Amino acid sequence: MGFQAVKFYQTGTFTVGNRLLAPDERSLQSVETRSNSINSGHRACQGCGEALGARYAIDAAMAESNNQLIAANATGCLEVFSTPYPESSWQVPWIHSLFGNAAAVATGIAAAMKVKGRPEVRVVAQGGDGGTTDIGFGCLSGMFERNDDVLYICYDNEGYMNTGVQRSSATPPAARTATTMPVGPEPGNVFGQGKNVPEIAMAHGIPYVATATVADLRDLEYKVRKAMKMHGARYIHIFVPCPLGWGTASHDTIRMARMAKESGTFPVFEAEYGEVTGVLKIRHKIPVEEYMKPQRRFAHLFGKNAHPETVARIQAIADRNIRKYGLLEDEGN
Amino acid sequence: MLKQTEGSKAVAEAIALCRPEVICAYPISPQTHIVEALGEMVKSGNLTPCEFINVESEFAAMSVAIGASAAGARAYTATASQGLLFMAEAVYNASGLGLPIVMTVANRAIGAPINIWNDHSDSLSQRDSGWMQLFAETNQEALDLHIQAFRLAEELSMPIMVCMDGFILTHAFERVDMPTQQQVDDYLPPFEPRQVLDPAEPVSIGAMVGPEAFMEVRYLAHAKQMQALELIPQLAAEFKETFGRDSGGLVRSYCIEDAETVIIAMGSILGTIKDVVDEMREAGHKIGVLGIISYRPFPLEQVRAALLGCKRFLVLEKSLAVGMGGIVATDVRMAVSGSGLKGFTAVAGLGGRPIPKSSLHTLFRQAEKEDLPPVTFLDLDWDAVNKQLEREKTTRRSGPAAENILHDKGIVSAKFG
Repeated sequence: MGFQAVKFYQTGTFTVGNRLLAPDERSLQSVETRSNSINSGHRACQGCGEALGARYAIDAAMAESNNQLIAANATGCLEVFSTPYPESSWQVPWIHSLFGNAAAVATGIAAAMKVKGRPEVRVVAQGGDGGTTDIGFGCLSGMFERNDDVLYICYDNEGYMNTGVQRSSATPPAARTATTMPVGPEPGNVFGQGKNVPEIAMAHGIPYVATATVADLRDLEYKVRKAMKMHGARYIHIFVPCPLGWGTASHDTIRMARMAKESGTFPVFEAEYGEVTGVLKIRHKIPVEEYMKPQRRFAHLFGKNAHPETVARIQAIADRNIRKYGLLEDEGN
Repeated sequence: MLKQTEGSKAVAEAIALCRPEVICAYPISPQTHIVEALGEMVKSGNLTPCEFINVESEFAAMSVAIGASAAGARAYTATASQGLLFMAEAVYNASGLGLPIVMTVANRAIGAPINIWNDHSDSLSQRDSGWMQLFAETNQEALDLHIQAFRLAEELSMPIMVCMDGFILTHAFERVDMPTQQQVDDYLPPFEPRQVLDPAEPVSIGAMVGPEAFMEVRYLAHAKQMQALELIPQLAAEFKETFGRDSGGLVRSYCIEDAETVIIAMGSILGTIKDVVDEMREAGHKIGVLGIISYRPFPLEQVRAALLGCKRFLVLEKSLAVGMGGIVATDVRMAVSGSGLKGFTAVAGLGGRPIPKSSLHTLFRQAEKEDLPPVTFLDLDWDAVNKQLEREKTTRRSGPAAENILHDKGIVSAKFG
């Protein structure tokens, strides 16, 4: 096992000790100026990663745009849990049109703001992985290639959770979903499929692409604020564990997100104009098994009828991510 | 100003006079010349301020229009046929959200078999979408209806399709009277939205609505169209005051005062029908015409009033409710229900099949004698149909029907007449 330097500000759970940071680098949960764009009282499940990710992302976008923000939302959990009328949680002007058109609706809003001479008003589109990587992909790619002035945020919980946990093109291999059941010789989702939308976004050559997780909220806020300082098409893909869909404990959402990053399963990086400009290094590398074991969607790979060879294939994918993005500090030494 | 121009160009110029702020363009025949002309106007700086967006699909075209309209911009797009169907989900969404988008539909058949020519299947497929649908008879009317459409849409906060026959109108060069910018500005005030996405006053648009309110929201769409029945004639009258000509309205009749037989139709075919009626009148036939301009809302009362004096009517429509018969005819029958009037349906001109005067003369004379089946398929080649039906009866793997029929007809390129 390789040597890993313990940084003085790390705690046992590897969170960043907020109080040890310089004041301007601290992330504040509660402050008077926080817009609370998604107000309390919404109907997300306990431990919902998407609710947390959206709260931080939209509040950061609000802060950076001086509260001059309009949001377009795809159909999905976020839309449903935030708006059973008249109980809208949204404190920003917000529109939901359809499942597959959030990016295009945002393009329309941005065009309207341009023609109305209101450059200060900024536009965010958001959707889950289904609304982004599958049904909304055409509109997303169109918005990218036209370089429309929209920040699109994908909250990726690796499946269609709102409709009852079905497979999307962001569902990882071997995962159990309602449409990839753990039956037959190769249980769960098949290998060799799926779509890496951050990389596809980069291939459009747009100004900014980033990934983030709800385990690193400061990093998430930094990336949203950075994206909001730029113009043109921007894309942020946020990893948001789903306790209901993954079969994890509600209190483990942050831990699962952290383990996804620390295992190399979900590379956290940013890119400008198609080139990677920074990665969030793995601080304490863990095997994918450690990340997968607490999730019931992978339960069929462990225990009595274990599939160690399947776990090994998933480990190989994580190792490839680590090599490709240089996720380890001592990589190459 | 009088000018000789293509229907699409005339419509594009009229749209430009309406000061659209966001135009979404996706090419599909036969509407493409309209957005091409608008694109050139925007790019050259002759139409400003306006954002012209080349989108990646019709679904995106309507979605961009939805976003723009919800953000308070006057939004316009144009489509036809497959394009209208491809955006169907967003078409319903625009009306459900109550966004006053104006869209030209250059009416065209729907495949398969793929066919670019005119009939009314496309916009009629969106009959229940909550959009109003106005049908133009001429290029002048197409131009005029667009100006009225923005006014109507924005007063009711509901979207409108202005339907014009693909190729027959869109590609025809005709004389039109193009209004001045001042006239249009006098008639059409700037867009004042009922709902708008604005950081100064945040609202949630498109929230989830359950059984407790869904019916009321849907009913409102109906109520808006009932209001449109009042508003459309008012706007046409106001239009006449400003522009000095009759255009629009709910229905338009021709020679029906003493008519015993009335032919009912929508769109450009009304011109041919009127010519035939003129000729038949000269020969002493008591025949008249009722043109339907507003297909949605459907003017039940006006249609009933126009028909009550006649003895029989024939609905000639460029659409087919497969498995049933006529689409427009069903609405007309509803309008005259209980009157005891004898009604016939003629399905004609599907996929651009020409509707010649000679066929209409025969058809109308048969209608006069009430010597017609409930549904007539005008100029249908029964030999070709029966041959294919026979083939299917005798051979299990009978092959693709369209290709078989083309083979039987021996037609390689489109040949009409």
